[in-house]
Amino acid sequence: MMVPDDDRSSRQLSPEETRRRVDASLRRRYRRERLFRFYGLFSVCLGVVFLLLLFGTIIGNGYSAFRQSFIHLDIHFDADVIDPDGARDSDVLSVADYSLLVKAALRELIPEAASRAERRELNQLVSAGAIFSLRDTVMADPQILGQTKPLWLPLNSEVDLWLKAQASGKVGAEVSTRLSEQQLAWLERLQAGERIELRLNRAFFTSGDSREPELAGIWGATKGSFFMLLVTLLLSFPLGVAAAIYLEEFARRSWWVDVVEVNINNLAAVPSIVFGLLGLAVFINFFGLPRSAPLVGGLVLTLMTLPVVIIASRAAIKSVPPSVREAALGIGASPMQMVFHHVLPLAMPGMLTGAIIGMARALGESAPLLMIGMVAFIVDVPSGPMSPSTALPVQIYLWADSPERAFVERTSAAIMVLLAFLLVMNATAVWLRSRFERRW
Amino acid sequence: MLTMDKSEDVIVPPADAAPAAVLPVAAERIAPDTVGDVTARNAVICVRGGNVHYGDTHALINVSLDIGRNEVIALIGPSGCGKSTFLRCLNRMNDTIESARVSGDFRLDGQDMYAKGTDVVMLRARVGMVFQKPNPFPKSIYENVAYGARIHGLAANRAELDDIVYGSLERAGLVDEVKDRLDDPGTGLSGGQQQRLCIARTIAVNPEVILMDEPCSALDPIATARIEDLIDELSAKYAIAIVTHSMQQAARVSTRTAYFHLGRIMEVGPTDRIFTNPSHKLTEDYVTGRFG
Repeated sequence: MMVPDDDRSSRQLSPEETRRRVDASLRRRYRRERLFRFYGLFSVCLGVVFLLLLFGTIIGNGYSAFRQSFIHLDIHFDADVIDPDGARDSDVLSVADYSLLVKAALRELIPEAASRAERRELNQLVSAGAIFSLRDTVMADPQILGQTKPLWLPLNSEVDLWLKAQASGKVGAEVSTRLSEQQLAWLERLQAGERIELRLNRAFFTSGDSREPELAGIWGATKGSFFMLLVTLLLSFPLGVAAAIYLEEFARRSWWVDVVEVNINNLAAVPSIVFGLLGLAVFINFFGLPRSAPLVGGLVLTLMTLPVVIIASRAAIKSVPPSVREAALGIGASPMQMVFHHVLPLAMPGMLTGAIIGMARALGESAPLLMIGMVAFIVDVPSGPMSPSTALPVQIYLWADSPERAFVERTSAAIMVLLAFLLVMNATAVWLRSRFERRW
Repeated sequence: MLTMDKSEDVIVPPADAAPAAVLPVAAERIAPDTVGDVTARNAVICVRGGNVHYGDTHALINVSLDIGRNEVIALIGPSGCGKSTFLRCLNRMNDTIESARVSGDFRLDGQDMYAKGTDVVMLRARVGMVFQKPNPFPKSIYENVAYGARIHGLAANRAELDDIVYGSLERAGLVDEVKDRLDDPGTGLSGGQQQRLCIARTIAVNPEVILMDEPCSALDPIATARIEDLIDELSAKYAIAIVTHSMQQAARVSTRTAYFHLGRIMEVGPTDRIFTNPSHKLTEDYVTGRFG
C-alpha cells in the first residue's frame, strides 16, 4: 500500500510495537538457526554412519584373512625320494617332488584312506603350496635329509574357509562347502588330535600374488605401490614447487602465463584414465620403457598429481604475507633469496599438505595403471622400479575379480592394508605440518 | 657498472663538492611546482622530475627533492598524496608492483638509480627501509638482525657477525631488552620492540639512507616516543626520510619538511618554517588541521 509522503513521519513505530516486532523476528531467526544446526548435525551423523558401515563391512569381511589354518605334519625328509643320487646338488633338490613327502605324512595320520580316490581327497586337504615351504626348508639346510621334522603346512583354502566358519560358531548345514563328507570327517578327527590350528597368515604379508588364495600375498603389490609413489613424489614435488614458484614470484603477467594457468587448472580435472592412455602412448610406445613397471606407473601418476601439487603450492605461496617479501627485499635480498629464505619456509606446510593429498590420490588410483599393463598377474615381488609389478588398488581389483571364494576375505584385507597406508600418509601430512609450523 | 648521466638539464651534485658551486640553476627551474628550496646541502639523494604511474593513475607528478646527509626530512600530506610512493621510489621498491612505471632522474651519490646497469640489491643495501607495520622475519631475534649482514657477506666470521648484531641492537636501543633471549622469535616481541628490531635489521647492513614509511602508525605513544628518540640519534650517522601522518611527529624529529598534495610536492623548507610560517595556502591549511 502506498503511503502519502506527509503521512510518513506520523507512522514512526512506538517503542512497544518495535519491541514486539523485534521479538517476533527474533523467534523466527532462532527457529532458522535451530533448523540449520539440525541439518548440519544430521549430515555429520549420516557421514559417520556410512563411514562406520564401510569400515565395519570391510573389517568384518577381511579380518579373518590375517589368520590361516595350518596342519601339523611330521615330515620325513626321505633322501631316497628327494635326492636318489646323494649328490646334494641344488638343481636336483629344487625340482624334486616334495608332494610325495606330504602325502606320506598324511597317510601316516589317516592310514585307512586306502583307495586312490580316497587318497586323492585326503591329499587335496593340504595346500598345493605346501611343497614350497618343504623345498625352502631343504634348500636352506640340506643336512635335514633323512631326518623327520614336524612342520606347520598351510591347508587348502576351501578347508580354511570351512574351519574359519566353524571357529566362528557356525555348524553343519549353515556352512556351504565343496568338501565331501569323508573330508569333513577327517578334518574333525585331525582337529580332535590337535593337528589343525589357525595361525598368523604370514604369507599374506610377505608374498606376491598367487592363483591359490592361501598363498596369495599383498607384499608384491605393496612394494609396487611404494616404488610408484617414490617416483611420483621425487618427480612431482620438486617440479610442482618449482612451477608454482616461477608462476607466483617470477613470471610477469602475460597472455602466456594465463594460458599456462588455465591449462594447469584443466589438467587437474582430466579423468585419470586419460593420463593412462597418455603414458601408454608416450612412455611405453614412444620411449620404449618396460610394461608393468612401477617407474612408468610413477611417471603417469606424476602427470596426474602435478597439477594438484602446483595449485596447492601456489595457494600456499600466495598466503605468505607480502610484508615478509617487502622486509626481505627492503634489506637487499635478491628475489631468489627472498623466495628461498623467507617465502618457501613459510609456504612449506601448505605445499607438503598439497603434495601428500596428491600422493594419497595417486596411491588409490587404478584406472591409469590398467592402461600401462600393471594389471598383469605377477607372482614375483618387485625388486626395483623397473621390475614388473602391480599396485595395491589394482591387486584389490584383481582379487575382487577372482572366482575363488577365499579371495573375498583377502580382498577386504587388502583394502584394509590400503586404508592403513592412506592413514599413515595423512598422519605424516599432519605431523609434517605441525613440525614446520612450530617455527612461528 | 653505474653510469653518470651527462644530460644538461639535470643537476648532479658530486658528493664531495660544495653545494653552492653545483647549484647554478635557480630553484624555480628545478621544481616549477614547488614552493621553497628543494635542494639540500651535501645531498646524498637527488630527485629531479620524478613521475610514477600506476596503470592509468598518475601517482607522482614531476617531483624534485634532495635529501642531505645527516638530515631528517619529513614527508607529510593527506592520504593518497604520493609520499609513500615517492619513498618507495628511492630504493626501487616500486619494482615489485607490476603496474608501476617510474620515470625521471633519481640519483644516489650522483649515480642513476634507474639506469640499466644498476644493481637493485646493491641499491637496497645502501638505502634501507623501515615499513609501516613492523615486519620482523619469523626467525630468531639474532637471525633477524644478522640476515642482511649475512646475505651481503659483511661478516667474515661468527665473531664479526656477533659484533654487527650487538652493535645494531645497541644503536636501535633494543639490546638491553633482548640480550638474554636472542634466540627467541622476533615476532614474539611487542609492537614497539618489533619496530626497533626492524630498524636494527636495517642499520645492520650499514646503509647510507634510511627510509621510514610511517614507522610509528601501528605503535602506542610510549613506543612512538622511543622510536622518535632513536631517529634523533640515528640522524647523526644516516640520512633519514620519514613519511608520517602526525604533524607533531614531523615537527619533533625532522629538520626539513616536504608537503605533498595530489602527487605533487607543494612546499619544501625547514621544518620550523613550514609549521609556523608556510608559504603555500595548501600547506597552511594542512598543518593547521583544516583538512587531511
